[in-house]
Amino acid sequence: MQDDTDLLLRRILTDVLGLAQGQADTFDAETGLFGHLPELDSMAVAGLLTEIEDRLDIVIEDDEIDGEMLETFGGLLEFTKSKRAEA
Amino acid sequence: MTPASWPCPLPAGGFVDEHALSFDRNRKTRLLIVPALFDEGNKLRRLTVETMRRLDSAGIDCILPDLPGCNESLQQLDRQVPTAWRSAMDAAAKQFRATHVLGIRGGCMFTPDGLPTWHYAPVKAASILRQMLRARILASREAGREESREDLAKRAREQGIELAGYPLSPEFWREFEPTIATDTARLIEQAEIGGSGLWLRAEPGEDPDQADALAAILTWGATE
Repeated sequence: MQDDTDLLLRRILTDVLGLAQGQADTFDAETGLFGHLPELDSMAVAGLLTEIEDRLDIVIEDDEIDGEMLETFGGLLEFTKSKRAEA
Repeated sequence: MTPASWPCPLPAGGFVDEHALSFDRNRKTRLLIVPALFDEGNKLRRLTVETMRRLDSAGIDCILPDLPGCNESLQQLDRQVPTAWRSAMDAAAKQFRATHVLGIRGGCMFTPDGLPTWHYAPVKAASILRQMLRARILASREAGREESREDLAKRAREQGIELAGYPLSPEFWREFEPTIATDTARLIEQAEIGGSGLWLRAEPGEDPDQADALAAILTWGATE
């Protein structure tokens, strides 16, 4: 099965950050998220994680959430991929 | 669009004035809108009001009352319970002689009975609280404090809690947590509106196409 995590994650970030179509295509592994984008406050991150859970059908435990996985697009992608692999 | 006030019943008896936004020209079709709750209420405010403008142009009166303790309300949020919100929306429907009702997201749990009703993207209370708890845990962690969901939920049930700036009493929490919207309303799903739900946005936004779509569904349904 082809892994569509990258695509789905870009779509979720587009919805949460209100990006124009295609803008998320420019994200790379180093693109900064939490701590880099002022609009991504704790409420927005909570919403982002809930949306990832719903659309990728995974459950994220509170103690799995740390600064590293949220800091960059690459970190979030790696985390999400590993959660999907477990599921 | 004019500000209006309406007598909102108090749980202990008596009334207090609450605020509403209204497009009221004494027309035949009159829609009461129960707004989305907490943070989602802010994020969906523009869409709600833009939808009202379109309904007004289509010949429909619409009224957006505040829930007690929310928005412009002078009542304390931490004195509120869901039963009082339900009574408030019942009273608003009578006061404004509503003929139809729209609930938005968490507001769907507080739409009055007995009128033709739409529920736009309803969400249950447990999901709202789960997300607010998660935000609180993240904010605390950033500040170097570890908090667990179980401890916070226990404290919320016993002593009340402040989540994302919203103080909730233990009575509110216990009554609210199991609440879900009734399934007798006509459901409007996001797929019918197009695009993604504006409640997902990190910052409040707006989308004229979504307001057009929502107003079209309501206009068609209310005047058919």
